[in-house]
Amino acid sequence: MTNLASDALLALTNVNSFYGQAQVHFDLSISVPRGHIVCLLGGNASGKSTTMKIILGLVKPRSGEVTFDGASLIGLTTPQIVRRGIASVPEARRLFADMSVRENILMGAFVRNDREAIAQDLDKMLTLFPKLGQRLSQRAGSLSGGEQQMVAMARALMSRPRMIVMDEPTMGLSPLYVDRVLELIRTINQEGVSVFMVEQNASLALEIAHEAYVLQTGKIVLSGPARALKDDPRIRDAYLGGSEAA
Amino acid sequence: MSSWLDYTINGLIVGNVYALVAVGLALIFGVSRLINFAQGSIYLVGAYIGWVAVVQLHTPLPVTIIVVAVASALVGLIIERFGLRPLQNSVRIAPLLATIGISFVLDQLVMLTVSPNPRALPSQLPDIRFQIGGGTIGPLDLLIAGVGLASALLLFVFLRYSKLGWAVRATAQDRDAAMQMGVDVNRVNQAVFGIAAALGGVSGLLVGMYYNQIDTAMSLQATLKGVVAEVVGGAGNVPGAVIGSLLLGLVESYGVAVFGTSYRNLFAFLLLVVVLVLRPNGLFASARQAPPEPLTGTFIAPSRPVRIPRWALLVAAGLFAVLPFFPVSFYVLQTLINAWLLGMLALSLTLVAGTIGQVSLGHAALLAIGAYTSALLSLTFSAPVGLAIIGGGLMSAALGTALISPSFRLRGHYVSIATLAIGEIVSLVILNWESVTRGPIGISGIPPLSLFGYELISPISIYWFSFIVMVVLALLQGRLLGSHLGRSFRAIRDDDVAARAYGLSLNRYKSLAFIFGGFAAGVSGGIAAHLYSYINHETFNTQQSILALTVVILGGLGNVVGAILGAVALVGLPEVFRIAAEYRILIYGIVLLLLVRFRPQGLLGTI
Repeated sequence: MTNLASDALLALTNVNSFYGQAQVHFDLSISVPRGHIVCLLGGNASGKSTTMKIILGLVKPRSGEVTFDGASLIGLTTPQIVRRGIASVPEARRLFADMSVRENILMGAFVRNDREAIAQDLDKMLTLFPKLGQRLSQRAGSLSGGEQQMVAMARALMSRPRMIVMDEPTMGLSPLYVDRVLELIRTINQEGVSVFMVEQNASLALEIAHEAYVLQTGKIVLSGPARALKDDPRIRDAYLGGSEAA
Repeated sequence: MSSWLDYTINGLIVGNVYALVAVGLALIFGVSRLINFAQGSIYLVGAYIGWVAVVQLHTPLPVTIIVVAVASALVGLIIERFGLRPLQNSVRIAPLLATIGISFVLDQLVMLTVSPNPRALPSQLPDIRFQIGGGTIGPLDLLIAGVGLASALLLFVFLRYSKLGWAVRATAQDRDAAMQMGVDVNRVNQAVFGIAAALGGVSGLLVGMYYNQIDTAMSLQATLKGVVAEVVGGAGNVPGAVIGSLLLGLVESYGVAVFGTSYRNLFAFLLLVVVLVLRPNGLFASARQAPPEPLTGTFIAPSRPVRIPRWALLVAAGLFAVLPFFPVSFYVLQTLINAWLLGMLALSLTLVAGTIGQVSLGHAALLAIGAYTSALLSLTFSAPVGLAIIGGGLMSAALGTALISPSFRLRGHYVSIATLAIGEIVSLVILNWESVTRGPIGISGIPPLSLFGYELISPISIYWFSFIVMVVLALLQGRLLGSHLGRSFRAIRDDDVAARAYGLSLNRYKSLAFIFGGFAAGVSGGIAAHLYSYINHETFNTQQSILALTVVILGGLGNVVGAILGAVALVGLPEVFRIAAEYRILIYGIVLLLLVRFRPQGLLGTI
């Protein structure tokens, strides 16, 4: 674990966070090694989404450290964190519904000023997500859930991030799109972008992740290489094999 | 003004002016979900800067417009940076109240530095009229239309093609997501306030030239008209605000053509109430737009109320009761009588705004209804004054509740706008319903207070009378809050959806709160009418509504003792320090601002 942390791109160390009186995280420690896909699993109200918000600076932890590429993120505003190289695919996509698909994707490049390279990247997105080509001038709010997920991913990639954090990227998608999204996450990762994703769907997430953590009511109860966790009886009971046991 | 074409042109020109204000309001609402009640004050500031430029510095017209735009934008930036940004993480009511405080402060500063008297703001264009069709049009009309169109075009280009414009649109649609794209929302807020203020200031300048007169009453009027236009167009919808403004201008102009000038505002506010009740998202909102956000629950600052032991209250009440036996001056008694009357109004408002969470900005209307009813009962039907006052209270309870009831389905900011509009409508009906209210002349010769045939003329007897009435009302309200009814009220305030899920009928409980509150306010108005012996449609105005709200917030929303303490503090302290009347409103504004910033739960805490 220690040698992992030293090579980590993103590291959360002993984070404690609260909503008012209620404690959300208890000494949470997570590290995302460079170039890896790391997945945070957990049920409802386990604190998954709050973990995302802490990384993005939307929620301030009461204690603990969050570092990205060795530098602390604590005290930075969300835009500052984004400029450090972290892009996000928020829960339920959160597109700008009344802006066009093109405008949504270009909003992802908000922190960049290199017009020509941005235009090239937009073309690149259209080869990566060919379906969006015909949709460019459509209102983003009028797309289907799966198409919106594509836009959200393209939007995140447009900032040329070193890391993407994703909150339940497969939620509410049809099985066809779920496979497509997972494949895309793998592709993105192979191009050198580290991925930290939060998921409820353990079997799918463990399919593509290198490492995984299991969060239960704010505490990490299990962690390790994804391959090992897939066979772990505790995971099988909790997430995968629940029906078999019954 | 003769032909329909003239009225149409006039309506469109006035609509253009409203649009400049309303577009700013829409931009601000879009980005920060805030109705900026200081928008009219910026408009006022713009008009006076224009006056200084034209009359004192003799600037040519293009320079005047640029000077006004830039100076107003600066005022907007200052408001955003120092008035609103510190409140970003406060309760939702805080920024709204802060803009009200800021508008008081700005209006009074203009009044104190320039003069409360109207000033002439000459148009810098030749006074000629061209004939078109059956009507006429002048260079100033064309200028206003031109500025309106040019601003709309510039704004369109800004929002569509500039990076900051994209940031504004993205922030308006999803603030958190925009931040995650790296948008600095503080800069967006700044930009929006700067633009809104520049447009508002230029609008003030143009209106001043159009009517060749500016005065400080313009401020509230402009805010109200801008809010009407914005809500009609759909809050936060920029093109909607333009169309809403033109519609408002036309409705007013045709209304004036048919009924006369004094009906102008009545049509504006009726349009607002109708739109609020029937289409709260505006005329152009499609079904996909989210309903007005639920603001209840987060609207009131939560706190632990300060416990005051019963004996301390008894001692305080006893001291005030025996006060007239001590050698106090007539002046002190007079001041305290005013405090007791304001206390009754505050009791009413603290119940409605605090306990059940309907932040009313038109509470003075309840005073007016009570006052007119009581005055007319005693004058026309020679009813005994004591009974007439009770009649005034009952009428306020009934009529006030009936007027507000169509708006019961509204929430948060929208309740405040609806009550503000209803307050204005009551005052305008009083102005125009001459056969009953005697219109602009007002009612004079109202008989003095009397009880069982004994006239209460001495200050001491009036003091006791008003004190006892207030204490009785306060005790009743205290009982009410302790009962299951009080709990139901607070449940509706804290979460109306949950309250409804538990079987509470929102309409019934809101009605009960307004009936009780309307009675207390009506009694206060009734007593005031017999005390003043003369009232007119301006005796009970929006300024009093806002003062009452400041009192209530000072004491702690929902807090009965706090309401009375607040009334004594805000009426008494200026007297103690012998502060000149023209500085008082300024002080109320500053008190409101400081409270919102540093102690939103008030002195004694919300209950």
